[in-house]
Amino acid sequence: MTAIGEIEYTDVRELRGPLVVIGGVAGVGWDEFVRIDCDVGESGERRHGLVLEVNRDLAVVQVLEDTSGMDPERVRVSFAGAPLRVPVGPGWLGRVCNGRGEPVDGGPPVFGPTSAAVGGSPINPVRREPPGDPVLTGVGVVDALTTLVRGQKLPVFSAAGLPHLELATQIAAQSTVRGEPFSVVFAGMGLTHADATFIRDALEERSAAGELVLLLNTADDPVIERILAPRLALTVAEYLAYEEGRHALVVMTDMTAYAEALREVSAARGEVPARRAYPGYLYSDLASLYERCGRIRGRPGSVTVLPVLTMPANDITHPVPDLTGYITEGQIVLWHEAHAQGVYPPVDALSSLSRLMRKGAGPGRTRADHLDVAAQLLAALARARQVRELADLVGRSALSATDTRYLDLADRFLHHFMAQRMDEARPLDEALERAWQVLLTLPRSQLAMLPTELIDAHHSPEAKEQDG
Amino acid sequence: MGTVSGTDSARECRVLRVAGPLVELEYVGGTAMYDLVSLGEAGLPGEVVAVSGNVVTVQAYEHTGGLAPGHRARPLGRPLSVRLGPELLGGIYDGLLRPLSDSGDWLLPGAHEGHGAAHSWWFIPRAVGQQQVTEGTVVGEIRAAGPVPVRVLVPPGCHGRVSRLAAEGRYPGDAVLAVVDGTEIKMGTSWPIRRPRPARERVTADAPLSTGQRAIDLLFPVARGSTVAVPGGFGTGKTMLLQQIAKWCDADVIVYVGCGERGNEMADVITELSALEDPRTGGRLADRTVTIANTSNMPMMAREASVHTGATVAEYFRDMGLDVVVIADSTSRWAEALREFASRTGELPAEEGYPAGLASAIAAFYERAAAVTTLGGAQGSVTVIGAVSPPGGDMTEPVTAHTERFVRCLWALDRDLAYARHYPAISWSGSFSRDATVLADPAQAERRGHVAALLAEADRLADLVDLVGITALPDQERVSVLAGRLMREGVLQQSALSARDAYCAQEKTAALVDAVLAVVEECRGLVDSGIPAATLEEVDFAPVIRVREETGPHEAAAVAERRDAVLARLRELR
Repeated sequence: MTAIGEIEYTDVRELRGPLVVIGGVAGVGWDEFVRIDCDVGESGERRHGLVLEVNRDLAVVQVLEDTSGMDPERVRVSFAGAPLRVPVGPGWLGRVCNGRGEPVDGGPPVFGPTSAAVGGSPINPVRREPPGDPVLTGVGVVDALTTLVRGQKLPVFSAAGLPHLELATQIAAQSTVRGEPFSVVFAGMGLTHADATFIRDALEERSAAGELVLLLNTADDPVIERILAPRLALTVAEYLAYEEGRHALVVMTDMTAYAEALREVSAARGEVPARRAYPGYLYSDLASLYERCGRIRGRPGSVTVLPVLTMPANDITHPVPDLTGYITEGQIVLWHEAHAQGVYPPVDALSSLSRLMRKGAGPGRTRADHLDVAAQLLAALARARQVRELADLVGRSALSATDTRYLDLADRFLHHFMAQRMDEARPLDEALERAWQVLLTLPRSQLAMLPTELIDAHHSPEAKEQDG
Repeated sequence: MGTVSGTDSARECRVLRVAGPLVELEYVGGTAMYDLVSLGEAGLPGEVVAVSGNVVTVQAYEHTGGLAPGHRARPLGRPLSVRLGPELLGGIYDGLLRPLSDSGDWLLPGAHEGHGAAHSWWFIPRAVGQQQVTEGTVVGEIRAAGPVPVRVLVPPGCHGRVSRLAAEGRYPGDAVLAVVDGTEIKMGTSWPIRRPRPARERVTADAPLSTGQRAIDLLFPVARGSTVAVPGGFGTGKTMLLQQIAKWCDADVIVYVGCGERGNEMADVITELSALEDPRTGGRLADRTVTIANTSNMPMMAREASVHTGATVAEYFRDMGLDVVVIADSTSRWAEALREFASRTGELPAEEGYPAGLASAIAAFYERAAAVTTLGGAQGSVTVIGAVSPPGGDMTEPVTAHTERFVRCLWALDRDLAYARHYPAISWSGSFSRDATVLADPAQAERRGHVAALLAEADRLADLVDLVGITALPDQERVSVLAGRLMREGVLQQSALSARDAYCAQEKTAALVDAVLAVVEECRGLVDSGIPAATLEEVDFAPVIRVREETGPHEAAAVAERRDAVLARLRELR
C-alpha cells in the first residue's frame, strides 16, 4: 500500500459517523490516503482513511474501518502525500481478501510488481477499441439471448428473494473466452456471512486454478470498505487486462448496497441530498466504476463488468437501477414469475437486452444463425405473452390453433431452454439447439425471421407432420 | 484553450480549501468572475465562479487529487477560451477543446495541452490589399480536409484597411494571414466559451433542416436555427436517433457533444463517422463533424463546460455563413454537473437538489441557437438538439420540465414504442413542433394533418379494442385501426441499421404517406360498399409496409408501384 509520511497529527476536532476532522494540518492534499493509529480500549489499533476535504488547516478524513472506539485524545494521524494505491499483479489470483484488500484466507499480504491508484484514470475515448467477441457464461439464456461482449458493462437487475447471487456466482465460476487467458475478479459488497460462505464454496475450484480474485465485504464490515471494494476489484482487473493481456470479468454484487454506503457517507458529511436522499453525484460515481470496462487499441486484454443490483421493492425507476441503466449497455432482468415456477435462472428475456450483442455474436464470433435465432425467439415470446393475456380473458379454448402453439412455446421456453442446473455449464451450441427445438413448436409460417434453408436443416419429420 | 501555465498575470495566491472539483483561493485582486485560474504545480485549469469577501471560489476542470491548502494558484486574467480553427473538423476533443488524439491511453490531469499550430493549411486570399473591410468580411479561405469551406474572417470589433495580406500558399496554423488596422488576423481565433459570438441580427428560422428521419421530417419538422429537446428514458434509442441525425441531416457542420456519454458509445461514433460517406458530398462524414467527447467518467466540471464549448464551435462555423447542428447528449448529465457543484458550494437547493439557477442556465444554452445574418452579411444558423435523460422516465423532473418550456420542438421517446421495437420511438402524441407551421408548404401541411388525425383516431380506438376486442367495433372504425397500423409500420418505423432506409428523402416520405392514405381511402370505399372489415384485415398489405425497406432513399416511383399493386388487389374484392 501507499507509503506514509513521518508527521503525526493528534488534533482531532470532531468525530462523526465514519468521519474524523483533524486540525492543524499543513500540505495535506485532497484524496490522500491516511493512516490512523488509535488506542482502542487497552490495545493499539491501526486504521486507514481517505481525505474527503481540506479546508485551510482542517482535513476531513473518512475512516475505512469506522470510528467506533476512537477517542479524540488517543488518535494519531499521518498522511501519505498521495491517493490510495494498491499493489497490482498476478499475485492477487487465487486470493480471498476483504473489501480493503487484506487477506482473509490466512495467507500473507498481497504483493505485486507495481502499484496503481485505486481511483483509476479515465480511458481516452479515442483510444478505446469498440467491444467485440463474446464472453461465454455457460448460462444458456444469457449466452443465447443477451450475449455478454468483451469490454461491455452488463448489469443484472434483481429483487429481494431472487437467485441473483447464485447466477452471478455461476457466471463467475464457469465463464470462458475460448481458450484465451481469462480471469474473474469477484467483489461482494454488504454480503451476509451465509452468502459469503456460499460464494467461497462455489468459486473454490476457480480460485484454486488461479483464475479468480475474491474480495468479500460482509454486511457487518465497515460501510466505507464497501465503497472501496469495487474500485480495488477494477484496479486489479485493469492490470490483469491491459498489462498482462488477460480478459478480465469483474462481477460486483450488490451495487445497491454500494450505493447505500455512498448515501450513508454523504449524509454524514451533510451534503445536499438529491433523489431519494442519494447524493447528487451518484450518476458520476457509478459511472466512474462502470466506465472502467472496455478494450484499448493495441492491447490484447479486456475488462468486462457485470454489476448485480437488487431493485428495492422491485422498482426499476429507483435511482440505482435507473442511473445504472443509463450508463450500462443493456441489462439482464430477473423475473418473479419464472422463479415462482421453480425455473432457474429466472431471466425475463423480454425485458433483458444486451445492446452490444451484434458485436459479440453471429457469424465469425459465435454461430452464423445466432442472431436470427435470438431475434425470432424473442419475437415469438413477445407474441406468446400477448396470447397469454388474451387467454386469461377469453379462456384457452377460445384461442386459434396457432395461438395455442404460442402458449406451448412459452412453456417449452421456460422448461426446456431457460431452465438449467446451477452447476451446469451449457455450451452455446447446446443452448442454440434448444432454442431451435423451442422455436419448432411453432408452424413454419410463424418463423418469418429465419432463413428458409436453416429451417429446413432443423425441421424434424415429426414437426413437419404437425404442420401438415 | 492553449496552455494554462502561461505567465499572463504575475499575481499569485494560495489555495485555501479543496473538496473535489471545488477549490477556494484567497482573493488577491485582478480576479474577475469566470476568469481562468491555474491551480497548483500541475497547472490544473479552473474557472472562477464566485467571489465572496476575500475568498474566490473556483471550479476545477481536472481531478484535484493531491492539491492542498497552501499550494500556489495563478489567476490568468482572461476567461475560459477555446482556440477555433480549421483543424477542428474531423477532430475529437475533450470538454475544453483539447485534442484527445494527442493523449495516451489514459487521461491524466494536466497531461495534454495545446493544438492547431502544428498543422499547416492551404490559404486562398479573397480580399485584396488596401481593401476597406469591416468585421465579418471574408479575408480568405482555407482548404480543409473535407468539403466544408473554412473562411478566415475579420474578427468582431475590427475594421479598416487591409494593410497586409498573405499570398495563396501553405501556412502553419499560427501564421499571420492579414493585418487590418493593426490587428493581426490568423488562421484560427480564440473565443471565450460563455460569451455568444456576435451576429448582425437574428432572423426568423424558416428554412427546414432535413434529418432524413420520416417521423421527424413528416410530423415534427425542425427549422435551421431552431431548438429541439429529445427526452427519453434509458433503452428508448435516444443515442441511436441522435447519431442518425448526426449522420444524415443536411447541415454543413455537425458538432457532436458527448456529454456524460458512455465511452464505448463514443468509440463507436468515432469509428462509424470515419467509415461513413457523406451522401451529399461524397466525402467522409467525419470531415464535417467536430466531436467533443466528455464521457461520464471524465472530469465532471469539464462536462459542464462542454456544452458551451460545443455552442462556441458551432457559432464559429455559423459566422462563415454555414448551417450548423449542435447535438448534446445528454443535457441531463450537464445539469447534474451543475447540481453537484452547487451542492459542494453549499448553494441553497431548489427542486431535487438542483440549483435555483437551473432554468436560466438551460434557457441560456438553448438561446445560443439562432438563424442569423452574420457580421459579414451572410446567412448562417446554429440548430441545437439536446437529449434529456429523465430519471425513471419521469417527465415532470426539473430538467425535462424546464427544457420543454424553452425549446421549439420536442421529440419525446416512448418506452412502450421502444419495447415494441418500434424505432425511432418518437411518440406522436407526446411530441410537438412549433416550427411546423412556419416550415410547411400547403401540400406538406395537409399530409401532416391527415397523418396526425389518423394516428390520434387509431390510438383512441386502441384503448377501446383492449377492452372490448376488435370485433366489437363498427367496420369503419376497424379500418381506422388498420390505418393506424399501416401508418406506423409502413411510414413511421425506420431502421437505423437498414442499408437502404437509414436515410429517407422528402419525396420518398411523401410517397409512402400518400401510398398508405390511398390504401386507407380505398378500404373505406370498400367498407361503404358492403365489404366486411374482417375481409380487408386478411388482405396482405406487405408490399406497402415493406417498400420502405426495399427501396432506396429517393425512389418515390417504386413506392407508387407497390401502392398500385395493393390498390389493384383491393379492387378485386369488389
